[in-house]
Amino acid sequence: MKIIVCVKQVPDTSGVVAVKEDGTMDRAAMSTISNPDDMNALEAALQIKDANKDVKVLVLSMGPPPTESMLRECLAMGADEAYLVSSREFGGADSYATSSTLAAAIRKIGVEKGDVVMCGRQAIDGDTAQVGPQIAEKLDLPQVTYVTGIDYSNGKLTIRRELEDGFMTIEVETPCVLTCIKELNEPRYMSVSGIMECYSKPYQVWDFNALSDDPTIKVELVGLKGSPTQVYKSFSPPVKGAGTMLEGADKATCEQLISILGDKHII
Amino acid sequence: MAFNSKDTAAFKGVWVFCEQRDGVILGTGYQLLSEGRKLADDLGAELCGVLLGSGVNEEFAKALGGYGADKVYICDHPLLKDYTTDAYTKVLCDLVEEKKPEVFLVGASNIGRDLAPRVAARLQTGLTADCTHLDVDVEKYKAFLKTTSTIDVDNTKFENATNLKMTRPAFGGHLMATIVCPEYRPQMATVRPGVMQTQPFNDATAAKTVLEKVNVQLSEDDIHVNLVEIQKSAKKMVDLIGADVVVAVGRGISSNPTRGLEIAEELANVLGGVVGASRAIVDAGLLGMDHQVGQTGKTVHPKIYVALGISGAIQHLSGMQDSECIIAVNKNGSAPIFDVATYGITGDLFKVGPMLTEAIAKYKSSKN
Repeated sequence: MKIIVCVKQVPDTSGVVAVKEDGTMDRAAMSTISNPDDMNALEAALQIKDANKDVKVLVLSMGPPPTESMLRECLAMGADEAYLVSSREFGGADSYATSSTLAAAIRKIGVEKGDVVMCGRQAIDGDTAQVGPQIAEKLDLPQVTYVTGIDYSNGKLTIRRELEDGFMTIEVETPCVLTCIKELNEPRYMSVSGIMECYSKPYQVWDFNALSDDPTIKVELVGLKGSPTQVYKSFSPPVKGAGTMLEGADKATCEQLISILGDKHII
Repeated sequence: MAFNSKDTAAFKGVWVFCEQRDGVILGTGYQLLSEGRKLADDLGAELCGVLLGSGVNEEFAKALGGYGADKVYICDHPLLKDYTTDAYTKVLCDLVEEKKPEVFLVGASNIGRDLAPRVAARLQTGLTADCTHLDVDVEKYKAFLKTTSTIDVDNTKFENATNLKMTRPAFGGHLMATIVCPEYRPQMATVRPGVMQTQPFNDATAAKTVLEKVNVQLSEDDIHVNLVEIQKSAKKMVDLIGADVVVAVGRGISSNPTRGLEIAEELANVLGGVVGASRAIVDAGLLGMDHQVGQTGKTVHPKIYVALGISGAIQHLSGMQDSECIIAVNKNGSAPIFDVATYGITGDLFKVGPMLTEAIAKYKSSKN
C-alpha cells in the first residue's frame, strides 16, 4: 500500500504580511511554513505506516524550487519519498489548474487498489478547500473531506467526517482521496535520525516536460492559462477611521464608555 | 449535443443549491436565494432553487419561492436522503448539463465545500470559495468599490460585462480580491453562512413558484462510499449568527488563555451575549469551530461586537465589520481592529475586560 500526501509550502500569514506596491503579497519577503492541515494529513499517513508493514508514504508538492526544504522536513518526519512538481508553466494556477497538475503527477506515480491520497483540507494562503476534492474528481476517485478520524484495519478504511453539528461515519473504497483537518491528530516532530536520513531518501523534481506525456499537461491547460478563474481586481479596504478612541484604559474609561452606550440605548 | 462549459452564450439563469439535512432546509439556502434574486433581476434571468433529498416535502420546496425562487428543481430519490459526494455530484452535474445555468451558488457548509469543488471540476468550470460579495452589474460593483476600497473608481476602467464578480478576502485575509470566470459556465461561488441577508418571506412569490420534478438517474453503483451513520454532537453549538451580542477573543489572550476566556464569558454573560473567537484561537484549539468569526468562520451582524485582543486581519474584519456597534480593546493602539471600531480602548484586555463587566453590572443595577 502506498499513501501519497499532497503538501504545500505557504507564506506564514499569521505573522507580518508584506504587501508589494501593486497590492499583491510579497511572498519573497515573508517566512514560509508547511501548511498546517497538510501536516495532519502527513501524520495520519505516518501513523498508518507505523501500524502496518509494507506501507510507503510519498509526499508530493507543487511550488518553486525552495519548496524542497519543506519536502526534506517531511522526509525527516518519516516519509519515504518526495516529489516536487516545479516549472514556470505551472505558475499562477487556480485550484482547478493546480488539481489538474497534481492529478497528473499522481497518475505518473501510479495509484492502485489499496492506495490512498491524502491532503490537508485547505491551505492558509487561499483557504479554498478545493484542491483535494478536485484532485479526487480528476483521478475519478471517491473522496472524504473534513476527516477527523481514520480507522484502517484489514485493508478497510472507516472515516469519521466532521459536520458543523456532529459527524458522519463513512466506509470508503480504495483508492480514494481524504482531506484532513487539525482535529485528526498532533503532527510529530522530525527525529534526529530522520534529519540525518532526509537527504539520502529518494527525491525527484518533475518539470513540465517530465509530466508532458500526460494528456492534461499542455501549456494551455496548466498554470495561469489553464485557470478558469482570474483576478479581476484586488484592493485593500479603506481605513474607516470613524470610530472614537477613548482616553486611558482604567475604570473611569470603562464607565465613560458604558454611559455612552447607555445614552445611545445600545445597552 | 455534448456539454461544453466554454459555450458561454448557451447558459442562462441563476441557481442556488438549497441544502437540506433531515428534511430541513439550511438557512444558507434562503440567504443565497435572497442574494440570487438580485443577481437574477440584474441579468433579467430566472432564479431557481435546487433541492435534493428523499421524500422531499413540497411545502418546503414551495417556501423557497417566498425567498425569491421562480422555480424549484426537486431531485427526489432514496439514494439522496443523506449527503454523499458521489450521488449529489452526479445528480447536480446531470441537471446543470441539461439546463445550463449561468450562475450557480452553493452555501459553504462542510457539505457545500465538499460538493461544489467536485461539481466544478466535473463541469470543467471555475469556482470561487467563501465569497463575501457578489455582483453582475458593473455600476453596482463600482458603487460597492466606492464604499469598500481605496480604488479610484471614477478613473479606473471596468469591462462592461455581466460576468459574476465574486469578491473574497485573499492572501490569508490581508487583501480583498474580486474573481471572475469569464470564459466558462456556470460561474460558481460558495458563500459562508450568514454572509448574505435573508429577505422577508413573500407569500405572493411563494404562491407563484413552479415546482419541477427532475427525473433522477442514480444507482448504487454510482456511490463508492457507505455512509454508516450520522451522529449529532452532544455539545450545544453556539449560535453566533443569531446573537445580539458577541464578545470575541483573539491572540491577545494567549499569555493566559484560561483567564482570557473567563473574562470574555463574564462580559458576554452580563451583556446577554455569546463568546466568539478569531481564527488563531480556534486554530489553537481553545474554542470549537462554531465560535469562529471571519471569512473561514461565520459572518455576524450583532448589535454589539466586543473584540478583546483581536488585531483585525481582513479575514476577521470581513466577518464582523457590519456589526452595529464595535468595541475594541487592544494593547496595540495601531491595530487594524481600531479602523472599524466604533469605540476603542488601548489597553490590556486582562485589566480592561473585567472593568467593563463591572461597569456594565453597575450601570444595570443603577437602572433597576
